[in-house]
Amino acid sequence: MPKRTDIQHVLVIGSGPILIGQAAEFDYSGTQACRVLREEGLRVTLINSTPATIMTDPEIADATYLEPITPDYVRKVIEREKPDALLATLGGQTALNAAIALHESGVLAAHGVELIGADVPAIHRGEDRQKFKEVVASIGGESARSSVCRTMDEVLLATADLGYPVVVRPSFTMGGLGSGIAFDEADLHRIAGGGLAASPTAEVLLEESILGWKEYELEMMRDRADNVVVVCAIENVDPMGVHTGDSVTVAPTMTLTDREYQHLRDLSIDIIRAVGVDTGGCNIQYAVNPADGRVIVIEMNPRVSRSSALASKATGFPIAKIAAKLAIGYTLDEIRNDITRVTPASFEPSLDYVVVKVPRFAFEKFPGADPSLTTTMKSVGEAMAFGRTFVEALQKAMRSLEQSPCQFWVGEDDPGTDPAPWLASAAVPHDGRLLDVEKALRLGATAEQVHEATGIDPWFVDQLLALVELRAEIVAGDLDEPLLRRAKRSGCSDAQLAVLKGVAEVEIRALRHQLGVRPVYKTVDTCAAEFAAETPYYYSTYEQESEVAPSSRDKVIILGSGPNRIGQGIEFDYACVHASYALSAAGFETIMINANPETVSTDYDTSDRLYFEPLTVEDVLEVVHAETLSAEQGGGALLGVIVQLGGQTPLRLAQALKDLGVPIVGTPPEAIHLAEERGAFGKVLADAGLPAPRHGMATTFEQAREIADEIGYPVLVRPSYVLGGRGMEIVYDTAMLTDYVQRSTLIGPDAPVLVDRFLEDAVEIDVDALYDGTDLYLGGVMEHIEEAGIHSGDSACALPPITLGRSEILRIRESTQKIAAGVGVRGLLNVQYALKDDVLYVLEANPRASRTVPFVSKATAVPLAKAAARVMLGATIAELRIEGLLPAHGDGADTPYDAPISVKEAVLPFGRFRTVEGKGVDTVLGPEMRSTGEVMGIDAAFGTAFAKSQSAAYGELPTSGTVFVSVANRDKRAMIFPVRRLADLGFTVLATEGTADVLRRNGVTCEVVGKHSEGRGDDVVPRVLAGEVDLIVNTPRGVGGRLDGYEIRTAAVLRGI
Amino acid sequence: MSALLVLEDGRTFTGEAFGAVGETFGEAVFCTAMTGYQETLTDPSFHRQVVVMTAPQIGNTGVNDTDPESSKIWVSGFVVRDASRVSSSWRAQRDLGDELATQGVVGISGIDTRALTRHLRERGSMRVGVSSTETDPAALLERVLQSPQMAGADLAHEVSTRQAYVVPAVGAKRFTVAAIDLGIKASTPRHLADLGCEVHVLPAWTTWEQVEALAPDGVFLSNGPGDPATTDGPVALTRKVLETGLPLFGICFGNQILGRALGLDTYKLRYGHRGANQPVQDRATGRVHVTSQNHGFAVQAPTDGTAVDTPYGPVVVSHVGLNDDCVEGLRCLERPAFSVQHHPEAAPGPHDAGGLFEDFVRLMEAQRA
Ligand SMILES: Nc1ncnc2c1ncn2[C@@H]1O[C@H](COP(=O)(O)OP(=O)(O)O)[C@@H](O)[C@H]1O
Ligand SMILES: Nc1ncnc2c1ncn2[C@@H]1O[C@H](COP(=O)(O)OP(=O)(O)O)[C@@H](O)[C@H]1O
Ligand SMILES: [Mg+2]
Ligand SMILES: [Mg+2]
Repeated sequence: MPKRTDIQHVLVIGSGPILIGQAAEFDYSGTQACRVLREEGLRVTLINSTPATIMTDPEIADATYLEPITPDYVRKVIEREKPDALLATLGGQTALNAAIALHESGVLAAHGVELIGADVPAIHRGEDRQKFKEVVASIGGESARSSVCRTMDEVLLATADLGYPVVVRPSFTMGGLGSGIAFDEADLHRIAGGGLAASPTAEVLLEESILGWKEYELEMMRDRADNVVVVCAIENVDPMGVHTGDSVTVAPTMTLTDREYQHLRDLSIDIIRAVGVDTGGCNIQYAVNPADGRVIVIEMNPRVSRSSALASKATGFPIAKIAAKLAIGYTLDEIRNDITRVTPASFEPSLDYVVVKVPRFAFEKFPGADPSLTTTMKSVGEAMAFGRTFVEALQKAMRSLEQSPCQFWVGEDDPGTDPAPWLASAAVPHDGRLLDVEKALRLGATAEQVHEATGIDPWFVDQLLALVELRAEIVAGDLDEPLLRRAKRSGCSDAQLAVLKGVAEVEIRALRHQLGVRPVYKTVDTCAAEFAAETPYYYSTYEQESEVAPSSRDKVIILGSGPNRIGQGIEFDYACVHASYALSAAGFETIMINANPETVSTDYDTSDRLYFEPLTVEDVLEVVHAETLSAEQGGGALLGVIVQLGGQTPLRLAQALKDLGVPIVGTPPEAIHLAEERGAFGKVLADAGLPAPRHGMATTFEQAREIADEIGYPVLVRPSYVLGGRGMEIVYDTAMLTDYVQRSTLIGPDAPVLVDRFLEDAVEIDVDALYDGTDLYLGGVMEHIEEAGIHSGDSACALPPITLGRSEILRIRESTQKIAAGVGVRGLLNVQYALKDDVLYVLEANPRASRTVPFVSKATAVPLAKAAARVMLGATIAELRIEGLLPAHGDGADTPYDAPISVKEAVLPFGRFRTVEGKGVDTVLGPEMRSTGEVMGIDAAFGTAFAKSQSAAYGELPTSGTVFVSVANRDKRAMIFPVRRLADLGFTVLATEGTADVLRRNGVTCEVVGKHSEGRGDDVVPRVLAGEVDLIVNTPRGVGGRLDGYEIRTAAVLRGI
Repeated sequence: MSALLVLEDGRTFTGEAFGAVGETFGEAVFCTAMTGYQETLTDPSFHRQVVVMTAPQIGNTGVNDTDPESSKIWVSGFVVRDASRVSSSWRAQRDLGDELATQGVVGISGIDTRALTRHLRERGSMRVGVSSTETDPAALLERVLQSPQMAGADLAHEVSTRQAYVVPAVGAKRFTVAAIDLGIKASTPRHLADLGCEVHVLPAWTTWEQVEALAPDGVFLSNGPGDPATTDGPVALTRKVLETGLPLFGICFGNQILGRALGLDTYKLRYGHRGANQPVQDRATGRVHVTSQNHGFAVQAPTDGTAVDTPYGPVVVSHVGLNDDCVEGLRCLERPAFSVQHHPEAAPGPHDAGGLFEDFVRLMEAQRA
């Protein structure tokens, strides 16, 4: 069936901000979809509120609305744009929910908009867990026994029947939000209570537990002629009970015979037909009993999902792209496989490699959060790697996490002699569980013991056991060529071998090169080499034959940003992708290295060549070597490596690469050091005559105390060389300082702690700029809405700045130029300032792309990252102005007064985390970054822009109802006018006593509620939990006495207020 | 113990011995199925072939007594990247390596199977020797060059059952089917039996008179090894079936036999189709099935839908392989006879095409009515 001719204009809904469970992969899928639709000659309108996406780039859609993804805003866009069709299956649950709401309220029908790629009743059958179970039964499949409950009483009754442990799940939420496993009644109250609150339809599903079964996931595609293919089958190394998003996963399946695999495939096809998935992608999860093969269907996602991106990258089959084509009427056999260019898409990829995904967590950001892994997804990112065996891929994926410890044997590795504690620890799923398994095996635990303790399939355990045996050989023996080759074939890094042999990593590398043990690069080709591949999508392995072709163009390697984490997310991927586009357009051959499957940078057609590899010195060096050979053979030249766009990850490699003779383009590593190292940077500032908060560096507690005494409290303390404010705290007195030092084991001669004077009530300002050695292009000046002290990544900001005058902006421009020149920047520079008492303090300078580059680019319509890439390769700002990549005149310092205001707001993941006791984690912001994503609101006036950013981040702000106010004394004055305004608007006001006094004195009527800590029972927490409160204004009370605030805030998160 | 693999054009790979120690020769072919090595090993169509698995880790689920497609392993050699040390499955009874050794099948592991596959793709399937007793590649190469070619090899009689046997119908018997065993896989009669057929599995050299004596409702031509151009007995038998108007269904080799009986030519593909992910379109419905395939030869016929005139009336290409526009099925328009090149019985592979067995049953029903 060819393309439909009745659709000319499609509205695509993006996924909004990056959240846990709904992350960058939807930028990837949405971007692919928009591109495809435009290639097909359709007009594409896009709505998405996240600036840090490729999807929202002007060239991706014909019209882009950076608006909140709520039914209301989508309706407005529909009214204005009048599209023929709406495509909402590529923007995750957020997009789908908005589309369903519009369908059900009749808006779509009223405007003659057809929902394509989705059939609403089918979506309900797939997503409503109860209806889905009926579908499963209808095709003869089996589901876990379960019961839907609407009240706590029903929950208790159902549990009596199902027995403990029992799985509690809300319907219609993704990423397992609010779900958990209850082992007793207390657990039940905690989880089911939360679940009832998290589900919009206010019901929870209780399910019999099948903990420990094998878990599988099949990614499927269906077209409107009812052709169905399985794109990828994924096996979870962690058995049932750990969310697939948090599990180590592997493709293809490793421990199923053909019979069992085909059984899952048959079930999937029957289910997809019975559910009636219109066209496009969907995934179905299964549990398989390891004792007898009994299969239970867990759930289905009737849309492109988180794992679709993974499956696409793992197989080379672009699910989102194909889903978009299917939505406009094509069938699978009419679509070409991009990689082979000769075969159709109506096939199932065959893998001749093993691909492993490992999750990346951020528990260190949420002290108190329960770090055990359950049915609620908690990871913030993931790394993926290819190898020819499971261990090889696993080890490569693990080192791609860039955490410490993340590789076996590296870092602190003194397991003692008794395997028992490691077995015990591995029995409870947690981040780094496989590290425990390895230790247990090393200390003599048997494969059966490990299997017993963890439920991990014996085959995987044996793979690790083989590695442990190899380790013993390496430790005991001579690292000759055969042994070294075996180690490399098992995925061991030079760093791991160095640890085992007690030598430096460079020595292992030298030995390896001398023995000629170097990786080759194989192609990800969808077909296990059955057909020639046209796309250079490579991974390294230790084999005979390399497939890297000679090339004749001058080339540039771009280092990506690795797995998403808090503080380094999709924004950096955005910059890398832009660099690739800009350099390709300028005639260079671009080569991307990255290990993050969720991103656009790892799409095989973003760059001329893609290496899906860990971002370590070793792995990058080998790619450089392979590409140098390719250039020698083909007549091109490797011009260098770009390190300043992927965040801290590539920046950390810069010096080492340069020392090894790899050319770095743009800001040289020495200059990077000047900006990153406090002492050196202090000197740059001093030379330029720019003020910084008083500070010092301490390697002992004594020193820290002396410095603090001298510069005066409050001070800000943190370890040096961090991103995202890791381990950063505001300290008000010596006692707190002592406490900080005791908790951070990091202090020492190699790990100095920085002590800065903390500037209270200062206005924080962020600047992104471009410098070519002579000229500065000021990208934009952002004024933070929260005062300095809240990490720049977590605070909202406005561009252009709303309270800064012309002279202040000029002062900022001048300071930025001085810093750029002093440091020696070639490319991007980000500077953070704090303005207090008319002094412009420099907080820090980052000689790299920053988190805000996409926001600035979107707000000012200037492609900063593209321009930066060109500057790094020698273009001047003047030339780029002539070329048109930068505006002919002026820059971000000259925004006209009537320019629209853009507001960026951060999105925080507190709702995901619980303490071990089951309480929420505290939500107060500080200098340590915690947000996972951001949204943008644009409007003519600040107020409406801000409101839009709030709706996009947290849902619509209430316009009536009850507001609860409780603020610290210092904030009482500031609160009066806003609260009176709320009262005028008809809000009922509740307040704690002190706050109420002030309000009453100012003529605001309000009801007094008790404090939770007074325990009188008339406090606000139960009312919040009961859903009687619509808006909360709360500021924490500085030092100590934060408990009330904590209860209130966690209750608010729970109820989504 | 190390092992050597030498192709007839001299390309050599060194790896580890896997399975039996010894030396073996055959035609090197690669198989891209990611599951089902046990079914593959026991498929008689692989007789005299050295199978290279493109999936790198093989043996993970061991072997059992329920999955084999015949009574023994037929491949003449087995090539894998990484052989599993353990078997993990509730159905596993033995380790794969032990099974190969017990059945005397020589294998090799630890080689760059992707490089080998690419080589075969570019230069075509060719003869190969695998040895864990020879250390000199040149000596092994000499023996490879002396080993027989696949083109022109008549192999069906080597794999066929010597004695006729009956697979009883499951439930009430509705039809009698004479199945000519040219290298039949166990799941084919099973599929027919499930549909109420009593299946008489007959040797490859069975004559028309012997078939007629059974008074079957239909005749089935199985898959099998070798060059269809040399398999004359079954072709003659097929012509008889066509003349009498008995329903006929052929799979794989059986498709080629029907083709030849109709007067069509067969040819050798450069490197064949062996895997579980091959898209095949049914030209009548437009539907695409993901199929299991294992063939090195194919029928020559127009795939654009035009009918070819034959002594048995017009015939059309009913199924087409979408990867390379290869003939994947034939249908006689005036006789109750059809065949497919792919494997509706799967094992290993997807079950998409399983409905073809029902088509055959419907033909028999129609004939009876
Ligand atoms: N009945 C059950 N018993 C044990 N674990 C379960 C059960 N159901 C689901 N799980 C685990 O919880 C995870 C999340 O459940 P799932 O239904 O996939 O929700 P989500 O929509 O969040 O992906 C699964 O990946 C699985 O590991
Ligand atoms: N001296 C200071 N006074 C007040 N706030 C500060 C000071 N230094 C840093 N901050 C706050 O801490 C946050 C993080 O500090 P920063 O140096 O930018 O670290 P990072 O490298 O993590 O971005 C800043 O965004 C700012 O809000
Ligand atoms: Mg799930
Ligand atoms: Mg900062």
